Amino acid sequence: MRYITYLSIGILFGIIMFKSEAASWFRIYEMFHFGSFHMYGLMGSAVVIGIIGVQIIKQKNIKTIDGEKMNLKPKDLSVRRYLFGGTIFGLGWALAGVCPGPMYVLAGAGYISILIVIVGALIGTFLYGLLKKKLPH
Amino acid sequence: MNIIYEPWPWYVGGPLIALVMFLLLFAGKKFGMSSNLRTVCAAMGAGRTANYFDFDWKSKRWNLMVVLGAIIGGFIASNFMGDSRVGIHPKVAQQLSEDYQITSAGEGYMPPEIFAVDALDDPFIIAVLLIGGILVGFGARYGGGCTSGHGVSGLSNLQIPSLIAVIGFFVGGMIMIHLLYPLIFR
Repeated sequence: MRYITYLSIGILFGIIMFKSEAASWFRIYEMFHFGSFHMYGLMGSAVVIGIIGVQIIKQKNIKTIDGEKMNLKPKDLSVRRYLFGGTIFGLGWALAGVCPGPMYVLAGAGYISILIVIVGALIGTFLYGLLKKKLPH
Repeated sequence: MNIIYEPWPWYVGGPLIALVMFLLLFAGKKFGMSSNLRTVCAAMGAGRTANYFDFDWKSKRWNLMVVLGAIIGGFIASNFMGDSRVGIHPKVAQQLSEDYQITSAGEGYMPPEIFAVDALDDPFIIAVLLIGGILVGFGARYGGGCTSGHGVSGLSNLQIPSLIAVIGFFVGGMIMIHLLYPLIFR
């Protein structure tokens, strides 16, 4: 039953990513050329509503459907891993023109080539697992 | 009802992305689309090679369900929900065609110059897609999140680490598009 919930949320997410054009290579390229407000508005409005909602959740101590605390743990403080990891991610995001969510959405939309990007992402993840101890965090 | 079939503007898409994040929070989970990569590696047995993958991946099966949903969502939206041509700023479209001979802006969702099956005859395109993917996967796990986990979830929770990561995403993207593209896609 729970799995149906996650599946449904995923379907909703996939439709939103595709229809809002966040999964389009063109939109990512345009964003880095500051050609349109679209991607900034998309992320910006999601974050503004997100901040307000998370504040409400914290103030009113709203629980999950199972009555547990929501998963809003602070992240470990560090600069290097976020800056280095983030920058490497950004290089790939712009090179392939897709980020992890849209990869799957585009696979569903029938772009066979995206499977190469997904295989690459799995290889990248595996490489990180191998090198983790040697990297500055 | 036509609004569903037209491309969705940012002020429709953005709030809906926030809704997805809240739905996952209510379900006791977290919105982030790259942690599933670790789950998949673990499920394929990577735990034998690296500690990082040695965890109970079955407890993370929920994020594989979200991935499956995203695939289905992409299928539904692209096949049954109208026109998927993406119009970008004419100046950017013109620059794309002049500098990189990518002339398909406004004609489709993705440029066939890179994403058509025929384009895979060129090993250079395969390399671009593969290396792009490797950087995305490596960077997302090293940085502890991607555009959804840091960009939406983390920033919504006012996390400084997420702000640093998002600045990194943008720095990396700008370096790629403005400094490296002219060298790679000559």
